[in-house]
Amino acid sequence: MTFIPQLGAGWSTALAASLVVAGSIFSTTSFAGPTLDKIKERGAIKVGVGTTPGFFAPDDNGRWQGFFIDYGRALAITVFGDPEKVEFTNSSPQQRLPALQAGEFDVLLSGVTVTISRAFQLGFHFGPTVFYDGQGILVRKDLGVNSAAELDGATIGVQSGTTGELNIADFFRKAGKKFTPVTIEETGEFINALETNRVDAITQDSSDLVGKRTQLKKPDDYVILPERLSKEPLAPAIAGGDDRWLEIVNWTVNATIQAEEWGITSKNVDEFLKSEDPAIQRFLGVDPSLAQSIGLDPKWAYTIIKAVGNYGEIFDRHLKPLGWDRGYNRLWTDGGLLYSPPFR
Amino acid sequence: MSVAESASLPSWRISLRLKPLWNGLFGTPLNTVLTILTLAFLAWLLPPLARWLVIDATWSGTAQDCTANSGACWTFVGAKLRFIVFAFYPPELQWRPLLVMVLLVSLLTGTALPRFWRRATLVAWPIVIGLCWLLMSGAGLLPAVSSNQWGGLPITLLVWTFCFGLAVPLAVLIALARRSRMGGLRTLAVLFIELMRGIPMVAILYVAMLLLPMAVPGGQHIDKTMRAIIMITLFWSAYVAEVVRAGLQAIPPGQEEAAAALGLGYWRTMQLVILPQALRQVIPGMVNLAIGFLLATSLLAVIGIFDLLNAARASATDPKWLGFYDETYLVAAVIYFVLCFGGSRYSRWLERYLRPARR
Repeated sequence: MTFIPQLGAGWSTALAASLVVAGSIFSTTSFAGPTLDKIKERGAIKVGVGTTPGFFAPDDNGRWQGFFIDYGRALAITVFGDPEKVEFTNSSPQQRLPALQAGEFDVLLSGVTVTISRAFQLGFHFGPTVFYDGQGILVRKDLGVNSAAELDGATIGVQSGTTGELNIADFFRKAGKKFTPVTIEETGEFINALETNRVDAITQDSSDLVGKRTQLKKPDDYVILPERLSKEPLAPAIAGGDDRWLEIVNWTVNATIQAEEWGITSKNVDEFLKSEDPAIQRFLGVDPSLAQSIGLDPKWAYTIIKAVGNYGEIFDRHLKPLGWDRGYNRLWTDGGLLYSPPFR
Repeated sequence: MSVAESASLPSWRISLRLKPLWNGLFGTPLNTVLTILTLAFLAWLLPPLARWLVIDATWSGTAQDCTANSGACWTFVGAKLRFIVFAFYPPELQWRPLLVMVLLVSLLTGTALPRFWRRATLVAWPIVIGLCWLLMSGAGLLPAVSSNQWGGLPITLLVWTFCFGLAVPLAVLIALARRSRMGGLRTLAVLFIELMRGIPMVAILYVAMLLLPMAVPGGQHIDKTMRAIIMITLFWSAYVAEVVRAGLQAIPPGQEEAAAALGLGYWRTMQLVILPQALRQVIPGMVNLAIGFLLATSLLAVIGIFDLLNAARASATDPKWLGFYDETYLVAAVIYFVLCFGGSRYSRWLERYLRPARR
C-alpha cells in the first residue's frame, strides 16, 4: 500500500538525525537533568541494545541474554545493587544514536563504535572499549579469493546505517579497485543474499560475521578473509552532561577486567574475601574505605563478579560458543588490549 | 481430444453435476492451457514444499538435530512460539496479554456484525480499550509491567485497534471540515490531509520517538508506545478521512437540502441523514484500509517496539537457535494471513449484505 514506504535506510538515518537537530531547536532543556538523577528517580537504567547473536538476544523465556546484556546488568548492580533494575530496549542501527541524543536511553550498549565525529559532533561520551572489533569480509570459498584486494569488481553487501558502508568504500578506493555495493537493511536478509548469490561477499564487523557464518546452511563453504578493514572499538555510549554517570560506566567495565587480571571469578570470589592483598581488599569492599570515599556501595564490585562474572567469564559464556577467539580482547598481560587502570 | 468433443463429453462418462466443472477446466483451449499450467506450477511447487514442511522436517530434539536435517525446524517454533506471540512480557503474567487479545478480537468481531451496530458498541470501544491498557500496564491495580516489556501479537493488535478506533471519529470530523463552507476550516483540513499523506509512516514514527518528547512540554514522560499511538492515529486519520469524504460525496445534495427544508440544523442533518448513509457506503473501503494498516504496524520495529514481526525476527537471534528465519517468518506470515484473510472475507460478505440497503 502507498503508505508503506520503500526507503533506503541511509535516508531514514539522515531523517532521524535531522529530526533531532530540529527538536533541539524547540527545547534546550531536554538534557538538563543529570542522567544519574533520572535513573535513580525511575529506579531502573534504560539501556539501548541491538539484536546480534551472542551480544544481545532473547532466550526461550523471553529474557535478554548476551555479552552486552551482562554489562547492562553490571551497571544496574553498581547503581542499585540489583542486576534486575535495568530495562533493555531494542533499537535499530538507524535510530539508536538519535534516540540516545533524545534521552530515550541512559546508555547505549548496542555495539557502538567509538569515533571522533560521534564524540565531537554528537556530543557522546564513551566508556572503556569492551570489545575490539574490526570489519571483515565473508566470501564463498569457491570464488578462490584469498585476500580482500582480489575482490576487484565484486558485488558486496553492506548493512546500512553502520560505519561499514564507509570503510569498504575507503578500502577499495585506496586499493584502486572497483566494487558494487548492495545496501541491505534487514539482518536476516544479509545471509540470504549471500546464499542466493545475489552478492559475492558481505562485509560487516567481524563480530556479526562470525554469527552469520554459523547461520549459513553450509558454513564450511564460506570463509572470513584475514584483513580487518577498520578498527571498531565497541564501547558503551552515553549522552554528555553527566560526569558521574560516565565514571560509573567506566569503572563498572574496569572492574570486570581487573577481576580477570586478579583471577577473581564468580565461583571463587568468596575465597578472595580472605585475601591479604590490600588492593583486592579495597576492590571487594573488605576494606570499605575506598568505596566510601567515592560514594559507592562497598560491595559493588563483589556483587558484579558474583552475579555476572569477570570479563573472561562473560566472553566465554556468550561469545565462545559461537566460535569466537579472544583475539585482541585478551588481557594486556596475555598480549591483548584490555587494561584496567588501578583501583586505588 | 478436440475442443468440440471435450465440451460435449458423453454424459455416461461424467455425471451432469461435474459437467460445469469439466467445462470450466477444459471447456475452451484457453481454459485447458491455464489448467495445465496451474497443475504444472503446483507439481513444481508442492513436492519440495511438502518435503520441507513435513517429510524432512524436525519435530523434536535440539537445534543440532534441525541443522542435520534439511527440512523445517518445528522444534524451534515450539520453543519460541511463546516469545513470538508475547515477546518480553513476563511469562508468569501471560494471562493478561492473552486476555487482551481475547477482548480485542471479541470487540472487533462484535463491531463487524451488523447485529451489533448500535450505541452500546460505540460505548464498548473506549471501555474495552481502556481495560486492555489496564491489563497490559497494571495501572496500579495489578503488578506493573513497563511498556518496554510489551510485545508480540498483543501489541500489534492493541496499537492497530486503538489507532484505528481513534482515527475513524477523527477522520469523520476532518472529512466534514474538508467539505465545510468555512474557508479557513476547509484549508486547515486540506493542509492536514495533504501533509499526513505526503509523509512516509517511518517519518511519522521518528517524530513520535524523537521530536514529540522535545517539542511537547513534559513529552518525555509520555510513554513511547503512547506517543507512537498518537502519531499513528493522526497519520491514519488522514487516509480514513479521504475514504469518508468519498462516501459524503456520494450522497446527493438533495438530501441535505431536504433536511434543511425540514428545519434540521447542520449537526442534526449530518447525524441523522448524511453520515448514516455515507458511512454505510464506505465500510468496505475502510475494512480494506484497516487490513493495510494492520500490516503497516510492523513498521513499529523501527522505533524499537517489539511488534509481532520484530519479535519473530529476534527469536532467531538466540545463539541456542541461530538463524531459523524461514520458520519464524512463516509463523508470523500465517498469523498475519489469518487476520488479513478474515478481514477481506468479511469485507466481501459485508458488501453483499449492504447491497440491498443501498438500492
